[in-house]
Amino acid sequence: MTKTGRFSWFYFSSPQSFYPLAGALQPWFAGLAVILCAVGLYISFLVAPTDAQQGEAYRIIFIHVPAAWMSMFVYVCMAGAGAIALVWNVKLFEMFAGNCAAVGASFTFLALATGSLWGKPMWGTWWAWDARMTSELILFFLYIGYMALQASIDDPRRAARASAILALVGVVNIPVIHFSVQWWNTLHQPASVSKMGTPTIAPSMLIPLLLMALAFTFYFFMVILIRMRNEILERERHTTWVSQLLESKA
Amino acid sequence: MNWSEFFHMGGYALYVWSSYGLALFVLLLNIYLPLRRRKTVRRLLHEFLRLKEQTR
Repeated sequence: MTKTGRFSWFYFSSPQSFYPLAGALQPWFAGLAVILCAVGLYISFLVAPTDAQQGEAYRIIFIHVPAAWMSMFVYVCMAGAGAIALVWNVKLFEMFAGNCAAVGASFTFLALATGSLWGKPMWGTWWAWDARMTSELILFFLYIGYMALQASIDDPRRAARASAILALVGVVNIPVIHFSVQWWNTLHQPASVSKMGTPTIAPSMLIPLLLMALAFTFYFFMVILIRMRNEILERERHTTWVSQLLESKA
Repeated sequence: MNWSEFFHMGGYALYVWSSYGLALFVLLLNIYLPLRRRKTVRRLLHEFLRLKEQTR
C-alpha cells in the first residue's frame, strides 16, 4: 500500500519496503518447501514402483531432474532480473540477480554430481563428453564466471551491470542445454517430461518429480530472500531506516 | 519391504544415498551460509552505528 492507500507494485521495489515483506514471506516459502519435499520424497521412495530397467538406481532422478530444471530456471531468472536492472535501473532486481548465482551454481553442481552417480551404475561411466553434460558443465562455469566478475568489481552497481551483460550473453546456452538431446544423438537420453505431447513416464513417477521441482522452487526463493535481506542491510547502512531498524532490535 | 531392504536400494545403496546425502548437504549449506552472514552483517552494522554516534 502506498501513502495514498492504493496498492502499487512499485512500492515494493524500494529496498526499505521490500525488507519487511521478504522477512514475512520467508517462513511461508520455507514451510511450503519442507511440506512439498516431504510429500515428494515419500512418493519417490515408498509409492513409486521399482523401475523395470534401472532397478532402484532410477530414484536418483527425483533429485537429478528437478536440480537440472532449477539450474536452468535460476539462470533465466538471473539473466531476466539482470536485464530489468540494466534497462530500468532498479536496485532490487540488481540484488535479486546478483544473489541467484550461488544458488544456481549449487543446483548445477547437484545436477552434474547426481547425474554422475546415476551414470556410473547405469552407463558404466562417471562422465562422458556428451552434448547435454558438456552444455550443463558450461552452465556451471557461467555461474562461476558470473560470481568471479561480480567479486572483482568493488562498486556494487558497476559489478551488477557488468555481470548482467555476462549473464545475458550466456543465455544462449539455455536452449542449447534444452535441445541438446534432440540436436546431438549422444549418450544422454531424451526428455521424458515435456510440454509438447504426453510425458512418457508413469504418473507415480511424474508426480514426485513435479513436487520436488516445486519444493526446490520455494527453497530457491526462500534462500534468495535471506540473501537479499543481508545485502539490503549492507548497502543501505547509511540510511535512517536501517539505523532505526537496528536500534529497535538492539 | 522392510527397512534393511529399503536402505539396500536393490544393491544401488551407495549411488542412491550419496546422491541424496550430497543434495541435503549442499541445500543446507545454502541456508546456513547466508544465515551466518546475517549475524555478521548485523554485528558489523551495530559497530558501524556506534562509531557513527561517537564521531558525531
